[in-house]
Amino acid sequence: MAADTISSSIRPLDGPGALLRLAPVPLFPLQPLLGRIVRKIAALRPEIFDRIGPHTAKCFIIDPENMPFVLVLHPDPERPRLRAALFFTRELVIEGDTEAAVCLRNALDDLDGSIADDIADMFGPPGRAALALLRRVGNHDDGRGHDPA
Amino acid sequence: MMTGEDTIRPELVCPAGTPASLRAAVDAGADAVYCGFQNATNARNFPGLNFTLMELEHSVAYAHKNGAKVLLAVNSFPPAGQTALWKQAVDDGVRLGADALIVADIGVAHYAATHHPEQRLHLSVQAGAPSVEAIRFYTEEFGIKRVVLPRILTIPEIKALHAEIGCEIECFIFGNHGLMAEGRCSLTNYITGLSTNMDGVCSPAANVEYIEDAQRNLTVKLGGFTLDCFACGAMAGYPTICKGRYMAPHRDDAYYAFEEPLSLNLAELLPDLVKAGVTAFKIEGRQRSRAYVKAVVTAWRAAVDNIMAGREPRIADLLAFTEGHKQTQGAAASKRWR
Repeated sequence: MAADTISSSIRPLDGPGALLRLAPVPLFPLQPLLGRIVRKIAALRPEIFDRIGPHTAKCFIIDPENMPFVLVLHPDPERPRLRAALFFTRELVIEGDTEAAVCLRNALDDLDGSIADDIADMFGPPGRAALALLRRVGNHDDGRGHDPA
Repeated sequence: MMTGEDTIRPELVCPAGTPASLRAAVDAGADAVYCGFQNATNARNFPGLNFTLMELEHSVAYAHKNGAKVLLAVNSFPPAGQTALWKQAVDDGVRLGADALIVADIGVAHYAATHHPEQRLHLSVQAGAPSVEAIRFYTEEFGIKRVVLPRILTIPEIKALHAEIGCEIECFIFGNHGLMAEGRCSLTNYITGLSTNMDGVCSPAANVEYIEDAQRNLTVKLGGFTLDCFACGAMAGYPTICKGRYMAPHRDDAYYAFEEPLSLNLAELLPDLVKAGVTAFKIEGRQRSRAYVKAVVTAWRAAVDNIMAGREPRIADLLAFTEGHKQTQGAAASKRWR
């Protein structure tokens, strides 16, 4: 999930990744939305940066399962950035700087409530309805999954 | 319903790696929550975990407001000449209102006992005190009020201890089942140069690598040493040396040379533990998620309350939270481990 730099986590361009690079899905409509989301979360929950501590200058690549792109997170307190980038799909693994990934995971875990709820709230009733639908479809399981620690 | 000598209601002691976890544990019914500062003074010094001074102050207030205690773990061992950090942790814990300090090192215990004689002290499992003589040393020298027993004692042995030690007993009942000599394990130090007992880090994340090959098999390393390999699709937990699989000359395949990744679950033995004189039931897992803490504490709150009311605990619910869905009663049932 995390890397000191983006390049340290990029895989060789063979297999399905190469196909995705050749036929990219259009991500540019997502970028302003992601930027808005991360700035909103940072404003709502500034305490997260204290807990991330020395890892705020690092770059985290979050690769959602079964999505044809990854999210690139820079948890810089002054200028937090989140953008989508193409990558090939796979299950969640941790690569690169494990300490930074564990630290980010623990920092996120200290947040009361749900970031997903915060994001849904940004879009009002339609956002909350969409999140509820996603949770029903995904049979959302809060915490009974595998704990890597 | 349990009667007579069994009527003492045991304290449910729950883990908190973050303030949010502490609040979750309190809300779920913990009688006490244990936690530590963000430094080497506690034995779970993981990145992103633990409490600042202000967070502990607020957390103590939250716990007390809701009728729960906060136990502060200052349970690692200061390296020679570096005791200031531990003394400061003791002073801060007392000043911020911790209900007890959990200590392991005799120097830290002495400092706390002499500088803060009114402060309640518990003896950490890290002290590795399994005998009447060892426990009495701590109670007589430092006024220790409660001992957290190592996970190597049978219930008859716990009962025999209880009759002679003159202090409360706290037992682990759920979570990681570490049978290494607690407070004396140097496996991490051997590989990484960092000490579990002095730096507070077992298997430090900075030294952990997950390496996936082209077939999506996963190799997990600590400090360059391979601890385990997992086939594509197999679940891989956070690696520790004592629960790795290794090749050995006398074996054809890799095997758990130290111990298997099982979770301790003493739910069925709770009545026997109460009868043996156990005052407090401890749940392991300060490195676990807030959601895990909430779910496990909720389940154990119900289990303990059911047992004390003479009802059957629904212990099957707890299996979902065990490591790899495998559990053991460990030494409490018998001493048959490798």
